[in-house]
Amino acid sequence: MHFDKPTYTVRKTRKKDIPKGVYTKDPASGEIIFNKEIEDNQMVVPKSGHHFPIGARARIAKLFDEGTFVEAEAGVKSSDPLKFIDSQPYPERLKRYERDSGLPEAVVCGTGKIHGIEVSVAVMDFRFCGGAMGAAAGEKITRAIETAAKKKLPCIIFSASGGARMQEGIYSLMQMAKTSAALGRLAAAKLPYISVLTHPTMGGVTASFATLGDIILAEPGALVGFAGARVIKDTTKQTLPAGFQTAEFLLKHGLIDQIVSRLALRDRLRDLLLAVYVGKKTPVAAAVRN
Amino acid sequence: METPAYVLEFEKPLRELTKQLDELRQQSIETHIDLAKEIRDIEGKIEATHRDIYSNLSPWQKVQIARHPKRPYALDYVHAICEGFQELHGDRQFKDDQALIGGTAFFNGDAVMIIAQQKGRDPKERIARNFGMAQPEGYRKALRLMKMAEKFNLPVFTFIDTPGAFPGIESEARHVSEAIAVNLREMAMLRTPTISVVVGEGGSGGALGIGVTDRVLIFENSYYSVISPEGCAAILWKDGAKAPLAAEALKVTADSLEKLGVVDEVVAEPAGGAHNDPAQAAAVLKYSLHKHLNDLRALDPEKLLDTRYERYRHLGVFEEAGVVRS
Repeated sequence: MHFDKPTYTVRKTRKKDIPKGVYTKDPASGEIIFNKEIEDNQMVVPKSGHHFPIGARARIAKLFDEGTFVEAEAGVKSSDPLKFIDSQPYPERLKRYERDSGLPEAVVCGTGKIHGIEVSVAVMDFRFCGGAMGAAAGEKITRAIETAAKKKLPCIIFSASGGARMQEGIYSLMQMAKTSAALGRLAAAKLPYISVLTHPTMGGVTASFATLGDIILAEPGALVGFAGARVIKDTTKQTLPAGFQTAEFLLKHGLIDQIVSRLALRDRLRDLLLAVYVGKKTPVAAAVRN
Repeated sequence: METPAYVLEFEKPLRELTKQLDELRQQSIETHIDLAKEIRDIEGKIEATHRDIYSNLSPWQKVQIARHPKRPYALDYVHAICEGFQELHGDRQFKDDQALIGGTAFFNGDAVMIIAQQKGRDPKERIARNFGMAQPEGYRKALRLMKMAEKFNLPVFTFIDTPGAFPGIESEARHVSEAIAVNLREMAMLRTPTISVVVGEGGSGGALGIGVTDRVLIFENSYYSVISPEGCAAILWKDGAKAPLAAEALKVTADSLEKLGVVDEVVAEPAGGAHNDPAQAAAVLKYSLHKHLNDLRALDPEKLLDTRYERYRHLGVFEEAGVVRS
């Protein structure tokens, strides 16, 4: 079953861990494929359409018009306000996440153009602490939203997160309030927010900015939910239906607008932004349409 | 003194003393021997033991008091500090959630809107109230009532007491995440004074879903956490039994939360916890609510919303260019 244990087997097949010339098994078809073939196709298996997680930088490189992305808030990093220690101190973990992901934090944000339309964007990266939302991640997302409001741009957020960053305790929970409050102001300014749910998006991220989009899109097969499957099973003793908490489950229950392949996303975002942001008569729309 | 039906592990010395006291009293009646001095001694001991136990509680012990089956629940407070509570039912869409309820009431003569997470006292009620775990409909009803409060200019009091939002298939299918998320956004924008009180358990997103308010109060032995200590221990320590360690590390207690700036005031509980003297606990809460409501009423709506935004905008600590910020 896809929702049983997709996350971890998938998570390990990240680019830097795969030496050149090594093959990967496609979970969808069982076929063995070249890693190069997947990487060249935004981590989507060409034949089966299976979506492997993609890193924030790799996504950004393909999403925006060439040379238009300007990273912002790159200096914002996690701190250790609770002096949290479990099997190891939190700062040690943070160093490891940085090493493993090549990123300073679980969110990359900035502005860039999609087919000529400028947007403010925040992209989460599951490789950094499972995309868990701490104060720094929440801060970067909030600033991306505030930038959109300030510059009168649409906001697009790509979610990929296991949920809250436990090592930051209650501060982690409060990021839900912080990001949602910022979206309240964006909505009041009548600026569009498109939320893109990618595999996996769970817990506090789902219960805040990820489900507040004017338009909510999801990548095929993405696991999206509030409570984890194990918690639901333990609490209710229910047998979970096949495909529970997948993007397809969400679409069927009317919780999201569309499922969009990563390969079609750039064009789809343009089409939607033309409708809800650019409008029919502006020169930008005319230029884009031609 | 009544012998509690439920006794926590660390309260056991108290039960022993209470038993001795009962026996002495009985003996004194049966034998007609004056045991007044002995009885006074034991009573003194009981009081001292109470003070001793309750002034040195570990975070995990406080979590247990927050979950104590005799702890006053939201409606106990509502009835103690308000008059004329009128429950208003349903989310107008699917059902009436009895774990998260609401309605109008009068507080010191002024109309207010009450939003409350309510647990059940006996087994039957506990099931009816789903052990205080609300479903999407509860959050949607809460929003409906808060919007009504905004429309009619009523301040909102929310009473938080939940282990968390209900984790279930139906809950997911009816989009519990969205129900909570919308409340976070809308509560941040609500044009009326709002105050929340954590009266028992502040269980993660399920608690925050009615907790984005101008002021957040918390009872001394309540807790508020991003995840239950057991859940955190199971994930980070790979052992749910390490919950006491997790409770400590997560800084879930009222005093820690006040230091972190997440709560605005810790409401003192009577010796032995709120369940030992519910009337006293309610009186202290009433005083605090009155004070905070007066403060908030002095602000014009724009100032109120800006202050609320700033309150949440700076919760959290991070580093930027080597400088620690919030």
